[in-house]
Amino acid sequence: MKRFSGRSIASVLYALAIYGFIFLPVVVLVLFSFQDGRFPIPPFKGFSLRWYEAVLADRRLMEALTNSLVVAILSSAMSVLLGFLAAYGIARFMLPAKGLQRGLLTAPLTVSYLIIGMGLLITFNWLGIPKSLLAAGIGHVVINMPLCFAIIYSQMGDHQANIERAARDLGAREWQVMTLITAPMLWPALFASFFLSMTFSWDEFIISFLLTRFDVTLPVEIWNLLRSGLNPKTNAVGSLVFGISVVLLLVLELVVFRKAKRS
Amino acid sequence: MTARARQTSHDLKPWGFVAPALLWTLCFFVAPFLVMAAMSLWERVGTDLVASWSFVNYAKFFERGHYLEAMLNSLEVTVIVTVTSILLAYPFAWILAEKVPARWQRLALVLAILPFWTSYVVRSYSWLLVLANNGVINQVLLAMGIVDDPLSLANSRSATVIGFVHFFVMLLTLTIYANLVQLPPNYRKAAQDLGANGLQTFWHVILPLTLPGIMVGAFLTFVLCIGDYITPQILGGNQELLMPQVIMLQIGRRADFPTASALAILLMVVVTIAYLGFARWIRLERA
Repeated sequence: MKRFSGRSIASVLYALAIYGFIFLPVVVLVLFSFQDGRFPIPPFKGFSLRWYEAVLADRRLMEALTNSLVVAILSSAMSVLLGFLAAYGIARFMLPAKGLQRGLLTAPLTVSYLIIGMGLLITFNWLGIPKSLLAAGIGHVVINMPLCFAIIYSQMGDHQANIERAARDLGAREWQVMTLITAPMLWPALFASFFLSMTFSWDEFIISFLLTRFDVTLPVEIWNLLRSGLNPKTNAVGSLVFGISVVLLLVLELVVFRKAKRS
Repeated sequence: MTARARQTSHDLKPWGFVAPALLWTLCFFVAPFLVMAAMSLWERVGTDLVASWSFVNYAKFFERGHYLEAMLNSLEVTVIVTVTSILLAYPFAWILAEKVPARWQRLALVLAILPFWTSYVVRSYSWLLVLANNGVINQVLLAMGIVDDPLSLANSRSATVIGFVHFFVMLLTLTIYANLVQLPPNYRKAAQDLGANGLQTFWHVILPLTLPGIMVGAFLTFVLCIGDYITPQILGGNQELLMPQVIMLQIGRRADFPTASALAILLMVVVTIAYLGFARWIRLERA
C-alpha cells in the first residue's frame, strides 16, 4: 500500500476537520475563561485568573455545585442499589412475567427527560409537594436506574450463578451470597453504572430546572448566569465543570477498564 | 401449615429484590405519566384548572397555527440534523476504523468524546461564543476581510442545527464505528475475489452491513434531538420555536399544565411512530 496516496491525505484532512469542529467550542470556552477583559470574545487581551476567582467567590454557584454533587452521589447510589437488587432478583429467581418486568424497568430510557420531568412536576404539584432538590433527585433515579439495571443485568452470567450456588450449599444466607459473592464479582459493572449515573445526574438540566426552586443544581444556576449574556465568568464555570468531568472520566478509565482488561 | 407458610415466603422472597425498583418505576414514572395523560384532558379556565375531560387541548393543537408550526419546525430540524450528522459521521467513523492503526483507535475515540464532558448547557453557550455577531467566526472573517459586516449566525435555525450536529456527529460516529469494527474482513475479501471494485464493495457489502449502526444512531439522534429544550432555546433564539420550547412556555409563563401535557403527549406519539419505523434495526434485548 502506498503510504501517502491522495486518499490518505484526504482522510487525514477530513479527520482533522471533524476534530476541529468537535473541539472548536470547547477550545474557545476554555481560552476565553482566561480573558483579561469583560467579554469572552476576540481579541484575547491577556491571561488572567480573575474570572475563576469570581466563580469561587460566588456563593450561589458554590452552593449549586455542592447541591449537584450531593444529588448526583445520592441519586446514583440509590439507582445502583435498586438496579442491582432488581437485576439479582430477575436473573436468579423464578418470577412470572420477567419480560414485562424488564420492559417496565427499562421503559424510562425511551422517554425524553422533558416528559419525565413534566410528569413529576404535574404530579407533585397536584399532591401539593413543593419543588426541592429531593424531587429532582427522585427524577434522577427514574432516569438512571434503568441504565444501572440494564448494565448490571447484562453482566450477570451463569458462571457467577454456579459460584453463588456453591456458597449457598456451604451454608451462606441470601444476603451473604449477595454482598460477599455477587457484588464483588460484579464490581466493575456496579462501579461503571454508578459513575455513569453520576455524570448523567451531574449534567442533567431539564428535570432539575422543572423540579427545584430555591436550592438549585449547578446546570440550573449556570442557566441563570446565561441571562447576563456573554460573560467570561460563565466560561470559567464551564471550564471548571469540564475539568471535573474529565477527571471523573479518567478515574473510570483507570479503575474500571484497567481492571476489566486484567481479568 | 408451617410447610405452606414456608412455601409462601419462599415464593415471595424474589419479589423482595425486584419490588423496590418496580415500585419506584410505578410511583415516579408510570403514575406521573398517567397523571399527565389525565391532565391533558383538563382545561385551564382563567387561572384555574378545570377537570372538563375533553379533547379541547388536542383540538387546539390542530386549530392554532403556531402549535402545528412548532411541530413541523421540530420535525424539519430533527430530519436535517439526523441526515447531516450521518453524512458527516460515516466517513469519520470509517477513517477511525480503517485508517487509524488499531492501537491508536481507542485514544482517537476518547479524544472525539472528550469535548462532550462539559455541561450540556455550557456546550450550547460555547457555540454562542463562536457564532455571535462579535464572536470568533465573525471576528476572524472580518479581520481577514472576507466579509464587511458580521454575519448573523446566532439566534437562527442554522445555529440550532450546528449545535445539534456537533453533538450527534460524535454519537453517530460511535455507533457506526462500533458496527464497522465488528465486520469480519472476509466479506470484503470475498467481494474483491468476486471482482467487485472498491465502490461496489462499499455499496453492496459494507453499507448494508453497517445499516444497523447507522439506524441505532439515527434513532437516538431523532429522539434526543426532538425532545431537547436547551439547544434551540440558547442558540435558536425566539424567532422560530420548536416543540419543547412551546411546551416549556406553557409551563413556565402560563402555568397551563393541561395544554403542556397534551403537547408533550403528541410529541411522544411522534417519537413512538419514529420508533416503530426504526424498530426492525433496534435491539434493546440482552446480547
